[in-house]
Amino acid sequence: MSVDQDLSKVKPQVYPSKINVPYSWWAGDTAARFFAGLSEKRIEATRCECCNKVFAPPRKTCPECFAACQTWVDLALTGTVTGFTVARAARAAMGGRKLPAVFALVKLDGADTALLHVIGGCAPGDVRIGMRVKARFAEEPAGGILDILYFEPV
Amino acid sequence: MENVAIVGIGMTKIEAAKVAENFADMVWEAVGKALDDAGLTIDDIDNVITTSNDFWDGRTISCMAVGDASGVRNKNCSCVEGDGAFGAFYGLTRILSGSYGTTLVTAHSKGSESVSSLITNAAFDPIYERALGLDMVTAAALQANVYMDRTGVRPEDLARVSVKNHGNAVHNPNAQLPMKLSVSDVLKSEMMVDPLHKLDCSPVSDGACAMILAREDRARKAKTRPVWVKGVGFCADAYHLGDRDLAEPRSLTAAAKKAYGMAGITDPARQIDLAELYDAFTHQELMWIEGLGMAPYGKAAEDLEKGRFDIGGSLPVNASGGLLSGHPVIAAGLIRMAEAVRQLRGEAGAAQASKAKTAVAQGVNGLCGQSHCVWVLGSEK
Repeated sequence: MSVDQDLSKVKPQVYPSKINVPYSWWAGDTAARFFAGLSEKRIEATRCECCNKVFAPPRKTCPECFAACQTWVDLALTGTVTGFTVARAARAAMGGRKLPAVFALVKLDGADTALLHVIGGCAPGDVRIGMRVKARFAEEPAGGILDILYFEPV
Repeated sequence: MENVAIVGIGMTKIEAAKVAENFADMVWEAVGKALDDAGLTIDDIDNVITTSNDFWDGRTISCMAVGDASGVRNKNCSCVEGDGAFGAFYGLTRILSGSYGTTLVTAHSKGSESVSSLITNAAFDPIYERALGLDMVTAAALQANVYMDRTGVRPEDLARVSVKNHGNAVHNPNAQLPMKLSVSDVLKSEMMVDPLHKLDCSPVSDGACAMILAREDRARKAKTRPVWVKGVGFCADAYHLGDRDLAEPRSLTAAAKKAYGMAGITDPARQIDLAELYDAFTHQELMWIEGLGMAPYGKAAEDLEKGRFDIGGSLPVNASGGLLSGHPVIAAGLIRMAEAVRQLRGEAGAAQASKAKTAVAQGVNGLCGQSHCVWVLGSEK
């Protein structure tokens, strides 16, 4: 009896699946306090007492000194765009975000690190590195990073 | 450092969608080729490092699912979650520990089976960042803007990387996207995310790579001409993009410094004959060339335009076509090493560099090049 070895005749088949594993991240005390601040339209950061670096978003421990960031500071709601990009076509990760979307790094006044967020309230073509922006908050806070709706030009 | 050589390499063809092979099948193919290449059998392998990513594989502890294909039965096997070049680093250190004479390293991924944008979105911090909706491409585009703002590099400079690498891929039978392009073809391709056009971005790909490392006494038993590990360095930067200077790959420079120090490289621009770099996006090839000290900061684009990094240039970069011509993540860095090995053995055919004594290969892990692994490989001990 001969065995047919020709697998090229096998029709391609996909086995569809959607991995859906519910997962809940505890925000942790540092992020929880940060989000509580956002709901009151305040942006808080933490400072390392060793190197005086101010982290936004706040960190519990300074990654450079390995020391606890024990001091909370209120930041200005204004800052400078240090990097950005304009997404013109839908990408799966963007969910329902309106196009074009501008993703940006914003270094808030008083902070030493930049916060990843989005720019709104202006034409995407007007966004520049070095542009001054201020935070626009959600009217009904939900308790997360999206309680800042976007940063808009000052 | 004790002398260790790469004595066997095996690569699958890189394709948009391998419909006939599951991820373990690809690894079987790559391992079989690496053993044949070395003239060894699986019994000559003392230990195994697999390299994989559970999210990309859609399977928990997916390293165990390539165990059979990697010949791990009755062997000490460990896994690196990340890029294959880092897997090879671990494999090397296991030989240097004195416990093993040979290491088989495997790496694989099948981008065709998932939605890359969602998988890479999940690389962002879930508390502070993920809900914003970025992915690897938007993050890279943000980096490209910062780099171009800092250096004055223009979109046409980025396009030249794409033209070179897709053109080089014409000589590589494993490449997914060999293409003869012009700068205007790249600039006219769809604007994905400013400033990156579709042809500035590497494709989604399926592929696997295997490599056999051996201590000098064991390397003698292999039939191939050994390619020697002259130096290696591995360095990471901060996780959050906002903590880093995205325009300057600090961790790459630090990794290169370590690798060059071991290899006795004091002037990389002159002493390195060719490089296989992690060109996931066009601007990154320029940044990595500079971070590796092969061109002054902000000046790689000028050298590229002059042809210095072409196959016939004084320092060919990605003569294989690079990742722009096929990018199976995870396997990507190991493939860079394997392509450097082909060059150092003089087996690169029409893509062969005229001088191929010392090569650099690079692996990257994390968004926007958070972490880098730099290998200096040599045809002579």
